[in-house]
Amino acid sequence: MDAFIHQVLSGLATGGIYASLALALVMIYQATHLVNFAQGEMAMFATYIAWSLINAAGMPYWAAFLLTVAFAFVFGVVVERVIIRPVEGASVLSVVVVFIALLVILNSVTGWIYTYTIKTFPSPFPKEFGIGVYMSPHEVGTILVTLIVLFLLYAFFRYTPLGLAMRAAAQNPDSARLVGIRVGWMLALGWGLAAAIGAVAGMMVAPIVYLDPNMMGGVLLYAFAAALVGGIDNPWGAVFGGFLVGVLENILGAYLIGHELKLAVALVLIVGVLTVKPSGFFGKVLVTRV
Amino acid sequence: MSRRQLVVVAVLLLAACALPFLVSPYRTFQLTLVIIYAIALLGLNILTGFNGQFSLGHGAFYAMGAYCTAILMDQAGFPYWATLPVSGGVCLLFGFLFGLPALRLEGLYLALATFALGVSLPQLLKYKAIEKWTGGVQGIVIAKPEAPFGLPLKPDQWLYFFCLAVAIILFLVAWNLLRGRVGRALIAIRDQHIAAEAMGVNNAIYKSLTFGISAMYTGIAGSLSAIAIQFVAPDSFNIFVSIVFLVGIVIGGIASISGAIYGAIFIQFVPNIADEISKAAPWAIFGVFLIAFVYVMPYGIAGGIRIALAWWGRKRQNT
Amino acid sequence: MPLLAAKNLHASYALTRVLHGISFSMEEGTITTLLGANGAGKTTTLRALCGMVKTQGEVAFEGQRIDGRATEDIVRLGIAHVPDGRGTFVSLTTEENLRLGAYVRKDRENVDADMERVFGYFPRLKERRAQQAGTLSGGEQQMLAVSRALMLRPKLMLLDEPSFGLAPLIVRELFDILRSVNEKEKVSMLVVEQNAAMALDLADHAYLIETGRIVLSGTSEEIKSNDSVRRSYLGY
Repeated sequence: MDAFIHQVLSGLATGGIYASLALALVMIYQATHLVNFAQGEMAMFATYIAWSLINAAGMPYWAAFLLTVAFAFVFGVVVERVIIRPVEGASVLSVVVVFIALLVILNSVTGWIYTYTIKTFPSPFPKEFGIGVYMSPHEVGTILVTLIVLFLLYAFFRYTPLGLAMRAAAQNPDSARLVGIRVGWMLALGWGLAAAIGAVAGMMVAPIVYLDPNMMGGVLLYAFAAALVGGIDNPWGAVFGGFLVGVLENILGAYLIGHELKLAVALVLIVGVLTVKPSGFFGKVLVTRV
Repeated sequence: MSRRQLVVVAVLLLAACALPFLVSPYRTFQLTLVIIYAIALLGLNILTGFNGQFSLGHGAFYAMGAYCTAILMDQAGFPYWATLPVSGGVCLLFGFLFGLPALRLEGLYLALATFALGVSLPQLLKYKAIEKWTGGVQGIVIAKPEAPFGLPLKPDQWLYFFCLAVAIILFLVAWNLLRGRVGRALIAIRDQHIAAEAMGVNNAIYKSLTFGISAMYTGIAGSLSAIAIQFVAPDSFNIFVSIVFLVGIVIGGIASISGAIYGAIFIQFVPNIADEISKAAPWAIFGVFLIAFVYVMPYGIAGGIRIALAWWGRKRQNT
Repeated sequence: MPLLAAKNLHASYALTRVLHGISFSMEEGTITTLLGANGAGKTTTLRALCGMVKTQGEVAFEGQRIDGRATEDIVRLGIAHVPDGRGTFVSLTTEENLRLGAYVRKDRENVDADMERVFGYFPRLKERRAQQAGTLSGGEQQMLAVSRALMLRPKLMLLDEPSFGLAPLIVRELFDILRSVNEKEKVSMLVVEQNAAMALDLADHAYLIETGRIVLSGTSEEIKSNDSVRRSYLGY
């Protein structure tokens, strides 16, 4: 029974990571109707920057953490303005190819600069955080960080004028322009925020899966699945989906199918959910006007 | 096809037939792969380009075809050419069966479902329980076919012509299909599926059948690849195959038959070029190429050629 | 110097030209109406003024050229556009919609007072301030759209078919408030309408547009009293 509780709680911890990344995906989706396939690699790249700051520059963890988040934010803004904006009007598939290109470039460049040898990434949470056999200190810390990030985001969007403007720009860009909102920059900011969230997710997951250029592949996949299960246009759904997928992954892996087929089975299950509820649990069922 | 287009195609075919005698065996092998990829891309293009159904998992059908051929040759002693109809049929069936529930999913959701397919299949292929057929992680090795009837062709050359012949047949079938009612129905479904349904196009049947046919094409390509490479293993069919196929049709040109060929050339040779430019980060260079192509030719190479020809035609009219 | 002047304005959607060199002007403090049938180019005119479509020709606001500038910049000059279809942010609350109207304003401290004033004109909006804007009725959404524009403290308001889909009584109420806003707060207005009778009652001047060209202009009195014009162009 203890083991089961541990799997569930541990699943919630990784679920928090999936939830954060899923939220980043949904944010960009709501504003652009596109899924940023390169979100994982951007997070991975940011995590490597953090590693450099901690190991090569000897910075204390939290200073490196904050600097990395800031870097990721700027990086996200720049990517949107420089690489994505020129292809904004192109077909969906063309933009997907640009995302794939971004993914591949980041992965390759990181491997080139840092090599593909696996590195360890520190966890900043002291032993006292742990809860006996149920949760390791890092797992508790991860859930805390996830909740803080989610809360900050909620507060930002709900209570600040800029957050309101971003929501407006995502929902109705034409009307947003009519009240003077610079929609293009709102989009760039959205990318920046998404990248920053991704960086946090990367730094939380790296101590668990070890730092290597391919570490975010599986995570991104779960996040993608989580976002869809929650309803791709619903931020709360993304969070719910993330936690659900985290727990499912652990339970399935530990009790049902072992670790090799974990990914495949989780995906198949998710597809099963989608056959029953094609727009996810909380997504809007789009009624198209003919 | 206009007279001029027929001439162009005939000339290109002649050139294609001459190539294996003019280049090295390795180059011939690379060209054979281009033909195989072209068939695979045509399959994907029928589904995604012409019918608008997103697939991020076509590598799974490629793998299915390859393994079909390998297993039939290795365990049942089939001659290589006889495996093609079987693997085609199997993939057609699986594609159709997958297409049925996939009908309910649109866009992103379908992308995820096909992605799940693409990711799962290699893992399934490694599964211990079916190892005695699939050969597990080691895979299956098969023999290289020799030229029949004692023709004076080296094995690489024979393989090239065999694939070329299969490709010509498949391309002709597709061209006929897509040019007529079926093609129009597919495009109608892609662009305005509600209106299409209202006009009497049976969306469900067309969409599932399209999935089946698309899978069949890519599956046959997979079979040919098994014969060409003489080896199948689960790790050769990971998700990157599906992703590269998608990249191929976008670069080549969506909803274009010739696009399949341009795309195949791109995905076979550009990684090699990228590798030569930078040994350290070849995929980064590949990514840069991708972005450049999308910026310069958002409609793919086929689209770019069409635009260039139209521009040239207008220039000639004005002089 | 007129507040707004358009000279030889052309506008196109992709390759289709919709406006063929129209010219008009309006003075500060007046209400002008642009009348015409469906598809005549009325909405396109307003969008052209706001930089939302591709244009050729000149548009000047307070003497400065605004053609070719981005919508977001034109808004900052004090032009508020109430688009056709209202353009409500349906998932946001009524209050959030209103706050967005004041997004570009530098004098943040007056925004709350302005919101109270707007609620004074439209008490029903105050009742629904925390409600999701998409759940408001058609009439209420129109009031919200007008209020959102007022929150800018605009010098010029562009209204696109404000009477669309509303019961005549509500339209009368709305137009009375518009007249009141124009007189008390000196907000100039350019009102595009299909409902000629009510528009001519509201406006001081009128232009008639037909397939992208201005065919008639004058004071609303002139147009109303000219029988043949009324019958042949306005159908009443």
